[in-house]
Amino acid sequence: MDYDFNFAAVWRDFDILLSGLGLGLVLAVISIAIGCLIGLCLAFAMLSKKRSIRWAATVYVSVFRNTPILVLILFTFFALPEFGINLGKIESFIVTLSVYSGAYLTEVFRSGLVSLPPGLREAGLTVGLTEFRTKILITIPVMFRRVLPALGNNFISLFKDTSLAAVIAVPELTFYARKINVETFRVIETWLVASLMYVIACSIIAAILRRTENRLAIPK
Amino acid sequence: MTIPVLEITNLHKKFGEVEVLKGIDLTMQSGNVVSLIGSSGSGKTTLLRCVNLLEDYEDGVVAVEGEQIGYKQHKGRRIRLKEREIARQRAMTGMAFQHFNLFPHMSAIHNVMLGLIKTRKTPKDEAYAAAEGWLDRVGMKNWKDHYPGQLSGGQQQRVAIARAIAMNPVLMLFDEVTSALDPELVSEVLAVVKDLASDGMTMLLVTHEMQFAHDVSDTVVFMQDGRIGEQGPPEQLFHNPKSERLAAFLKNSKF
Amino acid sequence: MDIMQALDAIWSARWPLLDGFGNTILISAVSILLGTPLGVGVGLILSYGNRVLRFIVRLYSDFLRGTPVFVLILACFYILSIVGIQLSAFQAGVFALTLFCSSHVGEIVQGALKTIPKGQTEAAKSVGLTFFGTFFSVLLPQALRMILPTWVTTATEIVKASTLLSVIGVVELLLATQQVISRTYLSLELYFFAGLVFFLINFAIEKAGRFVERKVSLPN
Ligand SMILES: Nc1ncnc2c1ncn2[C@@H]1O[C@H](COP(=O)(O)OP(=O)(O)OP(=O)(O)O)[C@@H](O)[C@H]1O
Ligand SMILES: [Mg+2]
Repeated sequence: MDYDFNFAAVWRDFDILLSGLGLGLVLAVISIAIGCLIGLCLAFAMLSKKRSIRWAATVYVSVFRNTPILVLILFTFFALPEFGINLGKIESFIVTLSVYSGAYLTEVFRSGLVSLPPGLREAGLTVGLTEFRTKILITIPVMFRRVLPALGNNFISLFKDTSLAAVIAVPELTFYARKINVETFRVIETWLVASLMYVIACSIIAAILRRTENRLAIPK
Repeated sequence: MTIPVLEITNLHKKFGEVEVLKGIDLTMQSGNVVSLIGSSGSGKTTLLRCVNLLEDYEDGVVAVEGEQIGYKQHKGRRIRLKEREIARQRAMTGMAFQHFNLFPHMSAIHNVMLGLIKTRKTPKDEAYAAAEGWLDRVGMKNWKDHYPGQLSGGQQQRVAIARAIAMNPVLMLFDEVTSALDPELVSEVLAVVKDLASDGMTMLLVTHEMQFAHDVSDTVVFMQDGRIGEQGPPEQLFHNPKSERLAAFLKNSKF
Repeated sequence: MDIMQALDAIWSARWPLLDGFGNTILISAVSILLGTPLGVGVGLILSYGNRVLRFIVRLYSDFLRGTPVFVLILACFYILSIVGIQLSAFQAGVFALTLFCSSHVGEIVQGALKTIPKGQTEAAKSVGLTFFGTFFSVLLPQALRMILPTWVTTATEIVKASTLLSVIGVVELLLATQQVISRTYLSLELYFFAGLVFFLINFAIEKAGRFVERKVSLPN
């Protein structure tokens, strides 16, 4: 093989790629925030006394964990309008990613909650807190710190999943990479740079998360 | 006669099909110190937990300062109180657990302050001063900024006791507060409990430390299979047990 | 939503859909079957390799895990032909999924080997086992039990990721479905159908995994 590397074309559009990366991050942050809310509610639902509620939460988790995210993205974007639900492509993608991450985070939070000593909740109750405030002030904050590493991994995977937004033409990194690929034919350079951008972004996120974990860790 | 601090009448409690409390009657006046002793599984913990409704009970009445805990009677039927009411009632009593159950994400002083601020609506600076005072009382003032994970078991238990008494409860419940501790840490916690007792705090405690029960209580209650087997002043129970069962139980406990 | 009409469309397109389904299974199976042994190799090198080898494989694994699968698929599809390796879209896609699978399995294997207490190796050596003896009769059987649940999850991830091959024109189940949609405009019903089939595939994999897990679990 003889291939002349020429990064000039990719370099010229580097700022566009960077903006795409930024959009991906924003999408991931918004989605995980909504996903956390969904996950928290469903995690408590999974531990509910009522069978029907547990069952409903289990079905949600099972369905969204086992269905390809691409199918979900296409479904939300192309099929939901038939129900009269018309979302822009970015909104539609955020909805999909939130719902999808909600399923994964439910599992994360559920296992975090069951790993807490039962006495924690009881101690909250004995100082006169209601069940709800005990959750808000005690169980959830303690659980959150325990699941932080898992939450971080989920965020990184979610960030990588934002590459799929390209399929519905959301202008994130992969979308621009494909565009530059087609326009310049600098195939290797384009994909090398794009993947390196993802890889580096992921390691930076991982490093930030590790620092946050240490900062939030409960002193021992 | 004044209203008793705690009045339990005909208390029944089941776990599924198994009845673990089979009709308990117990009355405590202000300043009383009552110790519950008895073999494992006899229902001591369950009894304690019914008093602050960590366990629901099926039948009978638990009343603290004349107020039925957890339920009200309405047209002859028993209705569970609202969550908020129950939370208020729980704050009337304080509880110290076998495994301390401190909030691991809060420093010692914040553990003590939480109930004051959130339940009693005490202003922050006042709560801080009060909490500091209570930590001082249990000998933990110098450790107020440490987190539970940084404290020994005995120290954690003392903070946990401070957390409970800071709420100014009318009745303190202690469930085997020393049995998760290393032997050399037991005495520092017992000293705190004794100090509170001599100060006139009304306390109901479960313990396996017979000498301690002997020294601190006005009344000792021997529980046996979900019933009160025998009760009376410590001298009588420990030195002149009436039943075979109690005699056998005492023989097998370290004294 | 017209269910009869949808069922009718699915029925008349049953052969192409079945073809797509077959391709989905084939893509997933081949990627898992090739990716797993490759991943075991990665895991072993990460655990026992010399420094140079370990460094190279670490780079390989981190790069692959930091890159979204979708980007990996696009990169393999475009780059391989440029550098003179003529692969069909199908082959390029399977190649990408195999790499993806290997990096994940590698991580799982390394993680599992790390959690086996050192005492096990020492005990094995003390009864006179060689390195290979120790590995195959003591470490591997323990590691495999630990790996199984996560490996099953990886398998479902691969099935989900196989849908991404639709973007490079491989007619697997999703693209086959989209082709029916383009003729019938029944996007809601057919995306739902595709989602359901994928869900069922993964649900079956999960259940089978649980079953095997129970069979091989050690009494305790
Ligand atoms: N949550 C529960 N569910 C079912 N059974 C329970 C539960 N808690 C306690 N029990 C049962 O109720 C009985 C009384 O238990 P309890 O904990 O009150 O005994 P105890 O006197 O405190 O014993 P110990 O000295 O071991 O602490 C035991 O037979 C126990 O197995
Ligand atoms: Mg007990």
